Amino acid sequence: MIELKDVKKRFSDNGPWITDGVNLTIPTGQMTCIIGKSGEGKSVLLKQIIGLIKPTSGEILIDGVDITTLKTAKEEEQVFRKVGYVFQFAALLDSLNVFENIGLPLLEKGVPKDEVLPIVKEKLELVDLNPNDTLEKYPSELSGGMRKRVGLARTLVTNPKIVLYDEPTTGLDPITTHIIHELITSMQKKLNLTSVVISHDLEIFKYADNVALLCDRKIQYVGPAKTVWESDNPYVYQFIRGLTNGPIKTEMDPQI
Amino acid sequence: MLLFDFVQGVGAYTIVMANSCGQVSLFLFQVIFTLVTSKLKVHKLFEQMRMIGVDSLSIILLTGAFSGGVLALQSYIGFKRFGAEEFIGPVVALSLIRELGPVLTGLMVTGRAGSSIAAELGTMQITEQIDALKTLCINVPQFLMVPRVLGATIILPFLSLFSMICGIVGGYCVCVYVLHLNGEQYISGIRTFVEMSDINGGLIKSAVFGLIFSWIGCYKGFYTSGGAKGVGIATTQSVVTSSIMILIANYFLTAFLF
Repeated sequence: MIELKDVKKRFSDNGPWITDGVNLTIPTGQMTCIIGKSGEGKSVLLKQIIGLIKPTSGEILIDGVDITTLKTAKEEEQVFRKVGYVFQFAALLDSLNVFENIGLPLLEKGVPKDEVLPIVKEKLELVDLNPNDTLEKYPSELSGGMRKRVGLARTLVTNPKIVLYDEPTTGLDPITTHIIHELITSMQKKLNLTSVVISHDLEIFKYADNVALLCDRKIQYVGPAKTVWESDNPYVYQFIRGLTNGPIKTEMDPQI
Repeated sequence: MLLFDFVQGVGAYTIVMANSCGQVSLFLFQVIFTLVTSKLKVHKLFEQMRMIGVDSLSIILLTGAFSGGVLALQSYIGFKRFGAEEFIGPVVALSLIRELGPVLTGLMVTGRAGSSIAAELGTMQITEQIDALKTLCINVPQFLMVPRVLGATIILPFLSLFSMICGIVGGYCVCVYVLHLNGEQYISGIRTFVEMSDINGGLIKSAVFGLIFSWIGCYKGFYTSGGAKGVGIATTQSVVTSSIMILIANYFLTAFLF
């Protein structure tokens, strides 16, 4: 389980708050989707869960361990080994081919190549890619959807229990978006993962268990994904219907 | 009020500079600490030595040869007035071995490989590739910085040596085939006046210059922000800062070594 308790973040002493007291519980074995306007700090929040960004104050507990108090690299590794992160644009290493990208965490640990190869093939098959066609390719030779799949396979190679997805379908066509959503769901069921997905794509509600809406630097709504369309919460009502009138400020608003 | 603003500005600038100096020093400390405490990835080290060294060889040889040639030409004009043409060889050799070889190699490789290091790491930073390494629990300094810094420090003396040899050959060619001087005199002058300590000093300088440009290149690349423009700024700053630091370090090394 992931618990965020009063998480606040700003990047400088006098800078604006990006998040100002976020409280959220992400249940184990479920898919929780975080939605919100662009620039609301969803990615910053997700990066705080994996320790890429330190919160200014507050607690982030992963299975009861407060990651904001971890001191040594060894302590951090013990916690973050459980967590995988799928980047918005996959963040594959340009200079490495698909095999080296996916097998990187193992190769860096000194595992021999011939032992890494079957693991990489297994992960590629898990994300519905043919190992024989893709192993030798470089990221520049892959399509957007394939890059996302390879990014997911790389995340799965360390066998994480929690996977964080930062806008996994951004820039993809509707068909590929659907396929990626199906893939995320099937991964979660097969491997019993806890998934946190940041998405602007409302199709995700069909697959997610819970939905949280981040707005005005706080979580304004948490509820089951199945009933989100029936919710009368003014923030979520406005956001999912794309209305300009409501509590969520738009770019047309003179205050912004 | 103007004076107050001025003093406040100087104070703020001093704090920013002190912070930057501290950060860049800590960065080097972290690289050295990682080098000492973690296992060296030898294949990555050789790859970087190839990219920084072997790929720069052609420009280093050309620079060295023409620098030697022009030194011989200039020395000839001066020495002819005193009838001291036999000293052209030692002057060319000593200039190249003690100063020009290491400095020109340092500056040329900074322009070619230092900028490439900053641009590569900068692009990795803005495309979240470095963040991806962190999320995979990979030791980033060991993976990215140590091979580059150590590789540059090891390979630059070799490049410098090639530059010195090429420069001396270039000077010889100009003396013998352009100025029609005695080639044996050129070589015997070098044998008489050049000592092993001159070569050692030049090579130590080169190693320090290799450390400087790779350290600054990695630092500027690693702390890149602001998209494609940020990569451009990091690359430029890396070359400018490294070049200035090389020239300043050259003075102190000359004072200390010779």
